[in-house]
Amino acid sequence: MDFTLNEEQKQLADSVRRFIEKDYDFEARKKIVASAGGWSPSAWKTMAELGLLGLPLSEDAGGFGGGAGDLVPVMNEIGAGLVVEPFLATVGLAGRLVDRAGSAAQRQALGPAIVDGSLKLALAQTEDGAGHDLAWVATTARRDGAGWTIDGGKIAVLHAPTADKLVVSARTAGKAGDAAGLSLFLVDANAAGVSMKTYRTQDGVRGADVTLEGVRVGADALIGAEGGGFEPLEEAVDFATVLLCAEAVGVMKFACDTTLEYLKTRKQFGVNIGSFQALQHRMVDMIVNTEQSRSITYLACSKVDGGAANAAERRRVVSAAKVKIAESARHVGQEAIQLHGGMGMTVELKVSHAFKRLTMIRQQFGDEDFHLARFSKAA
Amino acid sequence: MDLNYSAEELAFRDEVRSWFQANIPADLRQKVLDYEELGKEDLVRWHKIMAKKGWVAPAWPVEWGGTGWNAVQRYIFEEEAALAGAPQIIPFGVTMCAQVLLRFGSDAQKKRFLPRIYHCDDFWCQGYSEPGAGSDLASLKTRAERRGDHYVVNGQKIWTTLGHFGDWIFCLVRTDSDAAKKQEGISFLLIDMKTPGITVRPLILMDEGHEVNEVFFDDVKVPVENLVFEENKGWTVAKYLLGHERLNTGRIGGSKLELAKLRAMAAATIVNGRPLIEDTRFADRVARVEIELMALEITNMRFLDEMRRTGNIGPEVSMLKIRGTEIQQALTELTMQVAGPRAVPFKPVHYDGFDAFTASLAARYFNFRKTSIYAGSNEVQRNIIAKMALGL
Repeated sequence: MDFTLNEEQKQLADSVRRFIEKDYDFEARKKIVASAGGWSPSAWKTMAELGLLGLPLSEDAGGFGGGAGDLVPVMNEIGAGLVVEPFLATVGLAGRLVDRAGSAAQRQALGPAIVDGSLKLALAQTEDGAGHDLAWVATTARRDGAGWTIDGGKIAVLHAPTADKLVVSARTAGKAGDAAGLSLFLVDANAAGVSMKTYRTQDGVRGADVTLEGVRVGADALIGAEGGGFEPLEEAVDFATVLLCAEAVGVMKFACDTTLEYLKTRKQFGVNIGSFQALQHRMVDMIVNTEQSRSITYLACSKVDGGAANAAERRRVVSAAKVKIAESARHVGQEAIQLHGGMGMTVELKVSHAFKRLTMIRQQFGDEDFHLARFSKAA
Repeated sequence: MDLNYSAEELAFRDEVRSWFQANIPADLRQKVLDYEELGKEDLVRWHKIMAKKGWVAPAWPVEWGGTGWNAVQRYIFEEEAALAGAPQIIPFGVTMCAQVLLRFGSDAQKKRFLPRIYHCDDFWCQGYSEPGAGSDLASLKTRAERRGDHYVVNGQKIWTTLGHFGDWIFCLVRTDSDAAKKQEGISFLLIDMKTPGITVRPLILMDEGHEVNEVFFDDVKVPVENLVFEENKGWTVAKYLLGHERLNTGRIGGSKLELAKLRAMAAATIVNGRPLIEDTRFADRVARVEIELMALEITNMRFLDEMRRTGNIGPEVSMLKIRGTEIQQALTELTMQVAGPRAVPFKPVHYDGFDAFTASLAARYFNFRKTSIYAGSNEVQRNIIAKMALGL
């Protein structure tokens, strides 16, 4: 048992914190969110230089072979800074999926480009009416000569507008809801037949609804086995869910810190409002939930890094973590706004942006109800 | 980061686990699992088994009978005891009075009392709370007046757990009513409960069980040699005790046992033709408690790791008591819910088909409301975190 970070993890977390303080404070972030692309090429370059972009990728693909445990302290900082760069989408989700399920040629073609920052990815998975069910994919991929033709529509694809390539889930057999028959494809974001309705999300990220109409890809676009995409997809989403939990813990930590600071400085009735017991106890409950969230994130982390030997246990604990994080994100977020009073309602304070981020995290990769059901199924 | 116990710790856990499996008397274990009240004989019998094994006071210095285990081993030991359904080692002697004597007692006091505490030759109780001094403990009014070689004690204590079994009671008493601060006039006295002038009156809780009492002191003579530490320095002693052994307040092992029992009961209970545990609404309630418990176990380990690395833990540790008791209470509530209408009867005497275990579930729910009140109410725990950890 040891909950301390090793020297490398500590240094990396420190350098991410310094980078955010210097280049990504609240004012800088506002400008990035308001910019045309909604991301920062210079910040992305720094993240590449810090070695963040190859962290969980395997070494033969140019990465550093790290696990979720190495990414947790990084995601804590990214959360606290409300960073809107496509880090989780590129590195923790789609990049890792290709790294784990792709062919040697795919991994070696994509890995180095992810690591040096020249390639950004997004996972085009969710469809209208699917809820959070990963198997609910109606998009089809039909054999077309040596390659495939893909048709369908995806919604709420985070970071799609900045992505160079999309990882698209499509059905090569079966029907929506079947795990079998799901396949994964690499698709150029500007391929013929790919169109996007782009938007800014509630929490300042760029996303898109993606339409795929007769999109032709080669045989080498298939990731993993035909029809065998569900398991690697689920594993990658579980991995990314744990990173998202760690990001949420970072956001909650920020929300707690800034609220505590406010309680100690805001005066009403001639005293700091933090002298009121009604507020003190609510502050304590925010911190307890944040620490409980941190704890269960560590537990989930140990399961996704534990290998594929016990997938049922991984599903159970990742879902447990997401239930707790969703519940705490709601509680901590709402309380942070309430304790800030009217100022918490405005865009001028970072806390309102933290609340919006926490609110979106609640449903990303499955909401409380979805993961409660998945937890009970695995128990 | 590593969430696993080391090979040595796992070996220790296995050793402890198999010893408990082999050595808890079946009748005592069954009483614990059936939520039956344990009598004084039961408690003393188990205490003596543990004393004989040498495990009754792991935290004491080795020369007085401690085991020399570190904080992690002590935690594993407590967990395994609870998981195995062992009766509780009543803490008032071994964990509380003894720790005070080890830190503040004279050599004569240590020699006189510690061996008897170790072997449970005396059954100890705690005399802290009073009708007017609960969370605000320093407001206590029980007086001890010095008269020559003894004190004369007058006043009343309340919530004295197992006071009706008690041979001795350690008390906080007021020795200086004129002290500038109310904390400054308090002393720590050891009182033989057979002394004339002591009356123990039961306070029956709403489950109709007898575990707590009022203790009245009417001109009770206490030899001066029974004063621990200095006169009027009792608050220092009390504070030391409050800060001691806070790593097991989450009661993770006990709650894991109760959760397993709840799941088994809910799987065996058929409602509308299906096991209750398959009912989505009920399964969600159980899942939420289990998830909170999973998180609290890791939170507890984080404090343990901090304790092992730094020898100290901060006031945030109060969160273990808050969440731990919330979980314990939720489990009793859900267990009562499983029984449904069968939880309605209260110990009928003339009904042969009576199921004592099922009838105990609602009583246990009622009884467990105490957990968020005792040992520093959960509101006091929040005050501790707010003031000492957050600086509010």
